[in-house]
Amino acid sequence: MEANPAALPNSASPRAGFRLPGVGVGLGRGYVVLYLSLMVLIPLAALVDESLSSGLGNFWDQVSSPQAVRSLELTLVASLIVVAINAVFGTIIAWLLVRDEFPGKAAVNAIIDLPFALPTIVASLTLLALYGNESPFGIDIAFTRTAVVVALLFVTLPFVVRAVQPLLIEMDREMEEAAASLGASGFTIFRRIIFPNLIPGLAAGVALAFARALGEFGSVLIFAGGLPDTQVSSVFIRSQVESGNETGAAAVSMVLLFASLLCLAAISLIQRWGSRHERSAGGGLVMPMAGEMPSEAEEKGDADELR
Amino acid sequence: MSSASARSHVGSGAVSRWSLRILGLGFLALLLVAPLVIIFFETFKDGVQPPLDAITSPNGLHALKLSLLMVAIAVPLNTVFGVACALLLVRHKWKGNALIDSVINLPFALSPVVIGLALYLLYSTNGGWFGPTLAEAGLEVLFSVPGMVLASIFVSLPFVVRETVPVLQEIGTEQEQAASTLGANAWQTFWRVTLPAIRWGVAYGVVLTTARVLGEFGAVTIVSGSISGKTETLPLFVSKEFERFSEPGAYGASLVLALLALMTLLAMNLLKRKEDA
Repeated sequence: MEANPAALPNSASPRAGFRLPGVGVGLGRGYVVLYLSLMVLIPLAALVDESLSSGLGNFWDQVSSPQAVRSLELTLVASLIVVAINAVFGTIIAWLLVRDEFPGKAAVNAIIDLPFALPTIVASLTLLALYGNESPFGIDIAFTRTAVVVALLFVTLPFVVRAVQPLLIEMDREMEEAAASLGASGFTIFRRIIFPNLIPGLAAGVALAFARALGEFGSVLIFAGGLPDTQVSSVFIRSQVESGNETGAAAVSMVLLFASLLCLAAISLIQRWGSRHERSAGGGLVMPMAGEMPSEAEEKGDADELR
Repeated sequence: MSSASARSHVGSGAVSRWSLRILGLGFLALLLVAPLVIIFFETFKDGVQPPLDAITSPNGLHALKLSLLMVAIAVPLNTVFGVACALLLVRHKWKGNALIDSVINLPFALSPVVIGLALYLLYSTNGGWFGPTLAEAGLEVLFSVPGMVLASIFVSLPFVVRETVPVLQEIGTEQEQAASTLGANAWQTFWRVTLPAIRWGVAYGVVLTTARVLGEFGAVTIVSGSISGKTETLPLFVSKEFERFSEPGAYGASLVLALLALMTLLAMNLLKRKEDA
């Protein structure tokens, strides 16, 4: 993919290759749309329907009940704290994994993904054993709002690291060397050169972590409990289902659904902005490194360079 | 040679490098490594027998079997869908593709409890859209296996698509064109050329899907009712045992799940290396 498309022999039809035969495309599309509708869209439509089943007035009463508001506030504040901490520590960890050398680095790199692989309920149980009243460190934060934050920190840890890491790997070091030869200190180099280049990845990682934190359930459940004071929205929704208030549960779910859609929209904007950012950087400030840029950005970038 | 000299700029001072190491690795040790270590300690603190008895109890074995059943149904369905969907997204331009693309991301961003509730409301026999009709036909979805399968499929739906799309974009179409020039039909081209080229990406997606299905808790807990020995997967078993103050059961099952998670990490690493090679 490093050469520009016009030089390739298949320039006449760059999108050809394996294609389903005419009937196959229609069937394939039908299957994909049907699967997504049955598995995802129709259930969500039923949720929307239920939340509005007793009218808009009732929807608002459910969402603005003191308990619901309290859970939503806690969810939002805890998620904001968590992504702020993750932005800092995620960047530090990514930096250590790319720029530092220490024994066991490969193992550390592998264990970053543990929260993706470990069931959330297991995480909750072990966090309780570690930071509950039998804590081997003597730290007891179980059933407090701090526990909510720690549980969310655990499940969202990989997002920022994995979003920043590839940008650090790809980053051209010549600018850093130039800055250093001009007498810039390490901190100045980080602030003026490295950090601005990391922003797209950092923003995408933070948005993903935020979306995940807003909806998290299993890891909070055992460690923070469902006390009125530590009830995040997803735990509140479950308690409403259990007490038979399905409409109330659906109404608060709608708030979370809306927040998820906002996060997804933000992520797609960040990605589009990130690839444009990279393209302009590739065209102007830094020499592009062939074959190291994401293919989509590259295709657009090629078109630009041909002008 | 440039990297060696650049390394001496940022974080070059021994003090700043060591403080970054202590901060970053300390954070990881307290948050990731310590939980993994304590599962072993807590599981075996009264010997091997209590956790072993708890996992091999009828309810424990049933939970394990049910978890494997979820994987056996949800993972193949999502794999076939994922590969087909990725092919359509990458190789066949269509105005509906953007919409499909965003719907596929939804399960990533949505709370599992919200997913569970959506399925609960759809299949409830008490006023759900599909529930009463299916109940008349004799099919129970809620509080039984079909509902749990649907929840597992929903939460793990994006992984294969998301891992396959970039690989398809990367391999390009030259080899496929060569195959069809040599007279291969579409089906032969897919099996002989396309699938072998994307296999590690698909496999990576399958590993992530499996891990997600094995660990799913929030969505399944709402649709299953968590009936011991009937609709309890391993994560639900962990939670139930914890509520019953049966620590050997909770930690024993957690250890099984943690070992599966470590195997997942191992598989992810091997596949990443294959993909990069």
